[in-house]
Amino acid sequence: MSSPFSINGGACVAMTGKDCVAIACDLRLGLQALTISNNFPKIFSYSPSVYLGLTGLATDVSTVADLFRYKVNMYRLREERQIAPRTFANLVSSSLYERRFGPYFVSPVVAGIDDGGKPFICGFDSIGCIDFAKDFIVSGTASDQLLGLGPEDLFETISQALLNAVDRDALSGWGAHVYIIEKDKVTKRLLKGRQD
Amino acid sequence: MDTLVAQYSRPSGEQEGYSQDEQQELLQLTPPLSLKFALPPIAQPSSWLRAMTDDYSNPNCPIKIAHGTTTLAFRFQGGIIVATDSRATAGNWIASQTVKKVIEINNCLLGTMAGGAADCQYWLAYLGMQCRLHELRHKRRISVAAASKILANLVYSYKGMGNNVRRRNPQEGPALYYIDSDGTRLSGNLFCVGSGQTFAYGVLDAQYSYDLSEEDALDLGRRSILAATHRDAYSGGYINLYHVKESGWVKHGFSDTNPIFWKTKLEKGEFSNVTSELE
Repeated sequence: MSSPFSINGGACVAMTGKDCVAIACDLRLGLQALTISNNFPKIFSYSPSVYLGLTGLATDVSTVADLFRYKVNMYRLREERQIAPRTFANLVSSSLYERRFGPYFVSPVVAGIDDGGKPFICGFDSIGCIDFAKDFIVSGTASDQLLGLGPEDLFETISQALLNAVDRDALSGWGAHVYIIEKDKVTKRLLKGRQD
Repeated sequence: MDTLVAQYSRPSGEQEGYSQDEQQELLQLTPPLSLKFALPPIAQPSSWLRAMTDDYSNPNCPIKIAHGTTTLAFRFQGGIIVATDSRATAGNWIASQTVKKVIEINNCLLGTMAGGAADCQYWLAYLGMQCRLHELRHKRRISVAAASKILANLVYSYKGMGNNVRRRNPQEGPALYYIDSDGTRLSGNLFCVGSGQTFAYGVLDAQYSYDLSEEDALDLGRRSILAATHRDAYSGGYINLYHVKESGWVKHGFSDTNPIFWKTKLEKGEFSNVTSELE
């Protein structure tokens, strides 16, 4: 059997810009080679400026997304305020580590803007190790070119990065969603990617 | 009785204008069917090779062979339509989107490949050579039946060696054959091969008829490959279309699936499963 991480396929990337962050995912849900659905978004919102991207086993993606919806709702009721990106990242980390010996097969990415208006992004492994990043998560190098991009340029960059990545992966693609998060504005766009 | 037989029999080389000796000489010049390949110096080369390369049963296998494909060919009143995708994958990595999976053996013969890219390329090139030698020896073009049999016999002699060959080999007459690495050789009107074959069959079976017009047949070939590239992760890239007629084959383009897909969706309203606007 192949790895639970690659049965359903999927891709997600987050990047920071000047006073903004972007997070994008593809839309495919497959079973090995067979494409089951072309409309399975992998980005979920937990407050006006906190977004979570989840790739991996689709059943765990849904379960984990709902689990955090419950946890963040409880947080909001208790604290009477929205959850901050960094707090949310720590919640994700500790929740995943609770399943240390039977993990959810997901690779989460968090993107958001904190109270001071500063961009925040980070990634995790499936048992909760946080990977703080200044520039971007799930991609490679090229950080110099990314720093200081405005929202429009950041959109272009993240879109090209994601599309070029999924065009070289058999198990991802079939369209994409991109969120550009600024201090008091979120723009969501659909990318019409290759459908093969 | 002997005299009677002698009256009607001639030395076999005579018609072609070769003597017995010349024939013998010619035969020796052709490479033996079992070409010599270096084998790993172990007891069970075939099972060892399988263990090293079979990424289906073992995703961590050290050698990933490029494969994954959709190809189809069907016979209709105007000849044969041959269509393929152009994607090569090694595991989940898309190694190329511009592979030419139709091999032009000669003016009238086409082969398509699915399975191990290297195996297909090598053996179809070898087949091309044998077909040319056949022409030179016999002063006439090889029949499709004969060409396909050369390939089938050859592949059969390597049975179990982990040669990853699945191919169909159309034409002239026009005839259409399916050959695979277990030694199967079938003639028929309609074949789809590769990881996307089921999706192509779905479209092809629904709309196929022997009396299709040339234009409709080309459209059907294109549409079947499009369906397969859409649903099968290991098929995609470009659509390679050929039409084989009595007078030889004609190429009908090597076209990107992306614009064709969106045109099909937006103009004909097909592929309604795909979202083109945010809800």
